[in-house]
Amino acid sequence: MSMPVTPMVEAIDVRKSFGLLDVLKGITLSIQKGEVVCLLGPSGSGKSTFLRCVNHLERMTSGKLLVDGELIGYHQRADALYEMSGSELAVQRRDIGMVFQRFNLFANHNVLENISLAPILNRGVARKEAEADARRLLQMVDLEGRETAYPHQLSGGQQQRVAIARALAMKPKLMLFDEPTSALDPELVGEVLSVMRKLAQDGMTMLVVTHELSFAREVADRVIFMDQGVVVEEGPARSVIDTPQHERTQTFLRRMH
Amino acid sequence: MSEQKIIPARNPGQVAIAIVLLFGVGLLIYLVISSPFITWAAIPQFILDETVVDGIKLTILFTVLAMVISIVAGALLAMMRLASNPVLVNFAGLYIWFFRGTPLLVQIIFWFNIQLFIPSINLGFVVLDTNSVVTAFVAALLALSLNEAAYMAEIMRGGLMAVDSGQGEAAKALGYTPVQAMLRIIFPQALRVIIPPIGNQTISMLKTTSLVSVVAAQDLLTRVQNIYARNFLIIELLIVASIWYLLMTTVASGLQYLIERRLGRATYEAPAVWRAAMRILRSEGSKG
Ligand SMILES: Nc1ncnc2c1ncn2[C@@H]1O[C@H](COP(=O)(O)OP(=O)(O)OP(=O)(O)O)[C@@H](O)[C@H]1O
Ligand SMILES: [Mg+2]
Repeated sequence: MSMPVTPMVEAIDVRKSFGLLDVLKGITLSIQKGEVVCLLGPSGSGKSTFLRCVNHLERMTSGKLLVDGELIGYHQRADALYEMSGSELAVQRRDIGMVFQRFNLFANHNVLENISLAPILNRGVARKEAEADARRLLQMVDLEGRETAYPHQLSGGQQQRVAIARALAMKPKLMLFDEPTSALDPELVGEVLSVMRKLAQDGMTMLVVTHELSFAREVADRVIFMDQGVVVEEGPARSVIDTPQHERTQTFLRRMH
Repeated sequence: MSEQKIIPARNPGQVAIAIVLLFGVGLLIYLVISSPFITWAAIPQFILDETVVDGIKLTILFTVLAMVISIVAGALLAMMRLASNPVLVNFAGLYIWFFRGTPLLVQIIFWFNIQLFIPSINLGFVVLDTNSVVTAFVAALLALSLNEAAYMAEIMRGGLMAVDSGQGEAAKALGYTPVQAMLRIIFPQALRVIIPPIGNQTISMLKTTSLVSVVAAQDLLTRVQNIYARNFLIIELLIVASIWYLLMTTVASGLQYLIERRLGRATYEAPAVWRAAMRILRSEGSKG
């Protein structure tokens, strides 16, 4: 028998409401180290909100979230949870990469700075080393030679690949993707997915919100289907996508095809 | 076929208005120049007068100091306005409401007369006479700066809000502390929106400083008033002051044009000054 391993992500009864609107109604799930999990669900089901709770961009209403065994966003003292300060949160977020639907590359920095600045500032890496690392990452995302370009000079697909490189430069142990290809023209989706596929093969732990069923089916180890703030169904990617058990999953998947 | 000459359409309405304008302006200039009551020789006599030049220095000093103080105070107010603590938000809101809602002239006179209800300032170890602390200079500078800070706060708030919220989120997600995210990512981008109106405010401030003459703060207008109180060459000295104000605002506009052109060219780059400041901060930081 093997020792119990700390999961990379552990969510325990995570709830979130915006005013009177209950968006997450008790999400409990865990993601193992090295696992690639795709989060599927109709629009408004709370996928982005959940993802943003994982790095505390969104403050949950109740519940607990642990990344690699560490409570995110709060200090536990006695019976209460105390929210962390901005700079304490910053330290936690350094281990969790995030890729956004709309890229959010820093408009005032060029590609090389976008990638190398966070390691320099937030990890204390020497500039030379950070830039060499950034160039390596650019090669990995197939963008060598574009170091001095500004984000507005790149296509959406290129921007998203830079955004992935930027997140990887912090050497995160977990990567969160929020619909990374939804803002792209169809012909640019493939180049971003292929970078993500490479990343998955290299053993990165990934939580991916996506509508790309074929990507989920092929790359994900597991699929979690969410609807109206609850996890409806989860299981191995192929079996959930090919033979969904719940009616809501079936309806959703039928609409997607 | 030979090239045809192209003759643009005429607009007779505009031509008529132009003729009337030329005539009107010509008449006005003639009336002023031919007036037997203006001593033209007084203008070259006073334009470089020592008192006048001292007044110009003070006007420029007021402008520079008031702009620097109001930019710092305005940035703080703008951040308070966008903070999450309701006390900060409301304090900034009230400040802006009050200082924009009352006339600057009233504020200048108020600060100058503050000793009427605060006769002395007790610092615990020493008691100061308010009159000796809040001189005309201090009262004028306080009024200009505190008033301008309210406008500056709104300009900066607009600039900060013009930056896409995704920029701050990406910075947070990469482990930037809130201060770093503000200084490195959000503020440099807001600058592009903030700098043109700051230029306008500065040009405006060059002229607004003349209001402090009501408390005899020794700016350019105060000086020429002092001179014409003695020699009664009122129009002549006002012309001297106007020439200087025009010169100062023209130079300032030129500078503004150069700065904006630079900003326009480096569309997404931070201005050189900002980059240099950041480099210094960075090397300070890595030393520590
Ligand atoms: N900041 C907010 N304030 C108020 N309501 C919000 C906020 N953010 C999200 N919501 C609401 O929460 C619900 C879930 O939103 P969320 O973005 O998590 O859905 P999603 O599953 O990611 O959908 P999509 O596929 O469209 O991205 C929606 O009804 C949305 O309107
Ligand atoms: Mg979403």
